[in-house]
Amino acid sequence: MRKLICGMEIHAELKTTSKLFCSCKNDPFHAPQPNIYTCPVCLGMPGGLPVINKKAVEWTIKLGLALHCKINLFSKFDRKHYFYPDLPKGYQISQYDLPFCYDGVLETEAGPVRIRRIHLEEDTAKLQHKVVDGEKVSLIDFNRSSVPLVEIVTDPDIHTPEHAKAYAKELRRMLRFLDIADCDMDQGGMRLEANVSMQDGVEVDLNHLPQYKVELKNINSFRFLEKAIQYEMKRQTEELDSGQIPIQETRGWNDAKGQTYSQRIKEDAEDYRYFPDPDLPPLQFTETHINTWKSELPELPKAVQTRWQEEFGVENRFSDLFVEERAVANWAEELFTVAKASKVDTNKLANAVVNRKVQWSTEMKPANVIADYQELTQVSAVDPKILTQVISQILAENPLVVEQYRTGKTQVIGFFIGQVSKNIGQKIDPQIVSALLMKQLS
Amino acid sequence: MPKTNLSIPVKHIARLAHIPITEEEEKALEVAFVETLLVVDQLKSVDVTDVAPTSQVTGLENVWRDDVAKVIDTFTQLEALANAKRQYQGFFVVPQVIDQD
Amino acid sequence: MLNASIKAFLLYHKLSIKINMLNTFTLTEALSQLKLKKISLDELYTDIRTSVKKNEEYNIYLTMNEQMEQDANKLLQEKLMGVPIAVKDNFLTKGLRTTASSTLLEQFVPQFDATVIKNLKKAGGVILGKTNMDAWAHGSSTETSQFGRTLNPRNTDYLPGGSSGGSAAAVAADMCIAAIGSETAGSIRQPAAWCGTVGLKPTYGRVSRYGVVAMASSTDSPGPITKTVEDAALLLNCIAGHDVHDSTSSSQTSPDFTQAINKSVKGMKIGIAYMELTGFEEAKKLFETQVKVFEELGAEVEFVKAMDPQYAISTYTVIQRAEVSSNLGRYDGIRYGNDRSFFGAEAKRRIMLGTFTLSKGYSEQYYLEAQKVRSLFIQDFNRLFTQYDVLISLTSPGFAKKIGASEGSGMFGELEDKLIEASSIAGLPGINVPCYHDPNTNLYLGMNIIAPMWHEEKIITVADAFEKSTKWNSWRQV
Repeated sequence: MRKLICGMEIHAELKTTSKLFCSCKNDPFHAPQPNIYTCPVCLGMPGGLPVINKKAVEWTIKLGLALHCKINLFSKFDRKHYFYPDLPKGYQISQYDLPFCYDGVLETEAGPVRIRRIHLEEDTAKLQHKVVDGEKVSLIDFNRSSVPLVEIVTDPDIHTPEHAKAYAKELRRMLRFLDIADCDMDQGGMRLEANVSMQDGVEVDLNHLPQYKVELKNINSFRFLEKAIQYEMKRQTEELDSGQIPIQETRGWNDAKGQTYSQRIKEDAEDYRYFPDPDLPPLQFTETHINTWKSELPELPKAVQTRWQEEFGVENRFSDLFVEERAVANWAEELFTVAKASKVDTNKLANAVVNRKVQWSTEMKPANVIADYQELTQVSAVDPKILTQVISQILAENPLVVEQYRTGKTQVIGFFIGQVSKNIGQKIDPQIVSALLMKQLS
Repeated sequence: MPKTNLSIPVKHIARLAHIPITEEEEKALEVAFVETLLVVDQLKSVDVTDVAPTSQVTGLENVWRDDVAKVIDTFTQLEALANAKRQYQGFFVVPQVIDQD
Repeated sequence: MLNASIKAFLLYHKLSIKINMLNTFTLTEALSQLKLKKISLDELYTDIRTSVKKNEEYNIYLTMNEQMEQDANKLLQEKLMGVPIAVKDNFLTKGLRTTASSTLLEQFVPQFDATVIKNLKKAGGVILGKTNMDAWAHGSSTETSQFGRTLNPRNTDYLPGGSSGGSAAAVAADMCIAAIGSETAGSIRQPAAWCGTVGLKPTYGRVSRYGVVAMASSTDSPGPITKTVEDAALLLNCIAGHDVHDSTSSSQTSPDFTQAINKSVKGMKIGIAYMELTGFEEAKKLFETQVKVFEELGAEVEFVKAMDPQYAISTYTVIQRAEVSSNLGRYDGIRYGNDRSFFGAEAKRRIMLGTFTLSKGYSEQYYLEAQKVRSLFIQDFNRLFTQYDVLISLTSPGFAKKIGASEGSGMFGELEDKLIEASSIAGLPGINVPCYHDPNTNLYLGMNIIAPMWHEEKIITVADAFEKSTKWNSWRQV
């Protein structure tokens, strides 16, 4: 019997206006040209010096507060050294032993996950592989260099692939709800990494973790994350069963093949030679700072949903969509408030909106949407005898469609409902029509 | 883990630091480092109990800027690429690196 | 070389007779003459350009600014009135090649100006050319330059010191009106001492480091190297001040440093440091004879015992090499410059030693340890400055050394600078003034004067008083 021991590291690009350590525009995804948002600092020129973006710090701490983290009142940035063409200074300015936030927790629909630490660091440039004049080269674009990146590291609290997916989804929602990151997975706005190992025994024992761990990287969807972890669990179990300890390495996910594959063997941890960045004075926060930031936090998604349930009777399965983004949640709040005041059933309204039975967008006035909804649901009472008659008529007129229904194409009910409505010349409760139709068809 | 004998693993350090060295240079460096380490090891004879390290003599704290994008310091693409040995369609160019991460 | 008395005669008259020696003006004199319209910028530039013809002999300049004269006359209403300034080649100058005396940057043409350069230009200064230095500022001789060593203009058998050797030599040879250098630990004051000029290292954070090729980020301080103390105060006014691009630059408003000129030292308490050290008896003896000057001027002078500078050498060596190894990581030849095989032997040594002291298992016993000892030096200076206004010592434990002296020594720089390293790692301001001249060798001893952080006015006052009460300054032969 073996269990999954999994911790995750997720990076998210903060959507500040300027970069983390310089005033270049933070817009790598939509830049019309490469290398147009660079300067001596983010290009690593001789003499370039970093200057901290206050908002990036503030947002990182707010994220920590939203995840119930403790905040280090004294903090600093450290240099993390390694060589790679996308790292212009030969070191990344990051945080080593005094991250801004630590010891928090994120509640997910599959259970809580403890947050070990959250820190702020600069992103690297973007590498692209291409063949130019017959030579294999890497092209480098520094538009992304020094964009602020928040890194969230969990404890190894994840014990099922579903839990990993739930965690990643909930974190994404939190980041977007706080309006600090767009988390566009395709563009690399949010990057998932999972450390996976299998532990013997029935009970999880976090004091005696497995001697190895495999790092899953470059996974850019929640679906792939789930599948990759599932695959790894199987692969590692097989290896362990045959008496081998899985190699400590980095693996990627190949969806076409449905397998993880080795990317890099990790020997000992790299020697990053961390030391405090002498170009950046340390940061000292006061309790007042922290309390002010805490008070500026918006009501978080779960709290909003709970309140909507109490105040408006809106079920979570309908409100989930609205709490993906704050702007949408604000709009939905107004919608429900107006609906309640107009004595409209808010839960049914939510259902209709979510299922796109009425057109809606945050640009539209809630009152108009409610009006559309009321029109839609304005059902006139129709004499059941007449209704039955009309239905028989419609069915008789459309033998081929009836045949389709009989062969299993049950969705043609919609067609019949439409025809009945047309014939009668007014809107009827589709559920009543549908029930009668099915009775006649069977 | 900390070692106090007077030697530096030259080859390993050269690799860490991305400094290309020849066999000859390696030998010469081993000797040069002994001299330096002799001087530097004197640090160990200083009593630093209860002394806090100084990494910033300025005493400054919380030096930061507002989140504003400024064009004035940003290079044009031409300026950014001006000193590159190789460029291609606005990109810097290096021989292909194997994706490490 | 002109014999001393003829030179004295000529200098005495140069202010009223126009002969081709306008390059021998001090900055203060040049500005005064320009203001009074006794000379024109064209005439000044002509004499400067003539003087630069000697460059092959001394190897002072690596790159000249051929655009110097352009728009110069428009600058006459600015503070520096278009006067040409020599700049150490680790300051990035837009459109003008910058090499840090390394072949790795041999073709590097920056696309932006260092803040110091921007400030100089704003004040009406003009860049004359980029001066030779120890490659990457790694040294105290200018012998590690990958473009050949610079010779000491006072006596070409000797070295000019370093790493700002080129700038100090340019001043000593009158191949500029004034110069800019930088100091990490000694690199302004020591070459100034060896070349018999004034060199002022400001408080760390007083002058912006933005656009200066970084050496040790926690001690690098750009500063003036000039003919007189007054010139240094004037030039410091032009380059000091807060910079939004440099997070370690102080937001303290810089005072007008020229206000500290011509002030009395009466009643000031001066401590003489490091006289208990051995190994440089001759220099100590000569130095002691000069200390009397302060007593005659009414200051109180006492010997003091400061913390043993032997520890400053090890502290500084570790901190500097660690930060150097980090700062030089950006030179990979991709965005600019050549690849890392172009680093010279000294640079390789320093990068590797630095990498070692930061590496796993060693950083606690070396880097962290050094930062703690640094705290002890700061505490020691604080203690001394509660009792004394300034501390003085020799800048260098002797005269300039002969050519080739630095070769084969892995620690030449740090050992030469042992008397001034402590003040650098503590971020203190310091100034060198010539305090003795040997008529046989034509070489100089330099006096180092230091004060608490942010008190440049004290070292300027004391240095200025010394300069004007003695005959060691070769531009004040009256």
